[in-house]
Amino acid sequence: MEHRIIDQPLGVLQEKLMALGSATEAALERAMQALTTRDSELAQRVLDEDVAINQMELEIDRMSIEILALQQPAAHDLRFVISVAKITPILERIADHAGNIAESALVLNNEPRIKDYVDFPHMAEIVAKMLRDSLDAFTREDADASREIIKRDKIIDEAYHRVFNELLEQMIQDPSLTTCAAHLLFVAKHLERIGDYVKDICELNVYLREAAFIKHSM
Amino acid sequence: MEAKIKIASLDFFYGKAQALFDVTLDIPKRQVVAFIGPSGCGKSTFLRTLNRMNDTIPGTRATGDVVIDGENIYSSGTDVVALRRKVGMVFQKSNPFPKSIFENVAYGIRINGIHSSKDDLNDRVEKALRDSALWEEVKDRLNTSAFGLSGGQQQRLCIARALAVQPEVILMDEPASALDPIATQKIEELVVELKKDYTIVIVTHNMQQAARVSDRTAFFMLGKLIEYNPTQKMFTNPDEKLTEDYLTGRFG
Repeated sequence: MEHRIIDQPLGVLQEKLMALGSATEAALERAMQALTTRDSELAQRVLDEDVAINQMELEIDRMSIEILALQQPAAHDLRFVISVAKITPILERIADHAGNIAESALVLNNEPRIKDYVDFPHMAEIVAKMLRDSLDAFTREDADASREIIKRDKIIDEAYHRVFNELLEQMIQDPSLTTCAAHLLFVAKHLERIGDYVKDICELNVYLREAAFIKHSM
Repeated sequence: MEAKIKIASLDFFYGKAQALFDVTLDIPKRQVVAFIGPSGCGKSTFLRTLNRMNDTIPGTRATGDVVIDGENIYSSGTDVVALRRKVGMVFQKSNPFPKSIFENVAYGIRINGIHSSKDDLNDRVEKALRDSALWEEVKDRLNTSAFGLSGGQQQRLCIARALAVQPEVILMDEPASALDPIATQKIEELVVELKKDYTIVIVTHNMQQAARVSDRTAFFMLGKLIEYNPTQKMFTNPDEKLTEDYLTGRFG
């Protein structure tokens, strides 16, 4: 059969997920830029745009349930809808972390710069690339690429510990910097968490392709 | 998993036309196995080889083994009447006898001489009607015509009739395809209930029905068994591309 009734809603579902993915990527990128370039206006924009991302999540939820109820998908179709339904809240949470980074930026931008945020752009770059690659891997249903992306999370974890120790040292040396350093610690933690979420997306990519549950096994 | 029925290298012919090709599978005891596949795939033919119901069609021929409880039912010494008592059948279209509800169920018990007394006969009829989830609806009108029952009730009466002669296996050929959703749901609930005591094989065009009631599913195409797997595996991640294409409606 050339065209099935279910193809149309599945296509729309994929488009909506990709739109949510792009919006999430943009939020993360802008939040980090707002922090590193001390651009409070941009930080505020990230926060304002989070409302639209939340709406996208609800829309995908609604549509996933509708497809399950009306089309009763099986096999690959079923795994696709389940994967989308599970990736969606992950993306929304990543966007929330981007929002939290933007909030920290709003505070930090009014404080003297305590440290070149050298490690942050590096960390953020890796995380952003992981996120982009995980969404590409979803579109291609590429399980091998997804497994490779999961391995990159280690680099993020290492960077996080490095940043954590550095900031701790700064706080000890100059207690007046504690507020700023604490905010930067949060930022590092948010990035580290986003790395974990990207891992979750990749695990769902593997499920979509292979019907294998690799969560808690790698 | 103990096999109730073991089928090995089964071929089946309608005259010169081969309808089944080298089918091998085990049907586990007290489980529900569903046969699915497009029209003409051989699933009903295969079902009917399990109690030699195809023997009634002239010019048919089966080769290979169908072994039930260790005995090959195609061996020359098989008592076909006893076989069909042990392996009962329910058809797509309910076919009650033009008799009372009671007599429909009592008939098989009587001709097989299963009962020991009139009370025993009554008890057996009641039990069969209870087991087919029909008793409460008919207990006050057992002597009225079976034709006065609704379609779903008539189908459950046919199940009661099959149960009355104490079968061990029940073959169902699209038992709910002519019923409305509520009657269908009752039949499905009954199937799940009955597997505590019986081995059930069900042919269905309704894939969601197969998914709901069966433990294992066999997918047939053009007379060949394409895939046989636990139902949850079949519907979430089938091994064969043909199965995937059928389940997701990609067949043209």
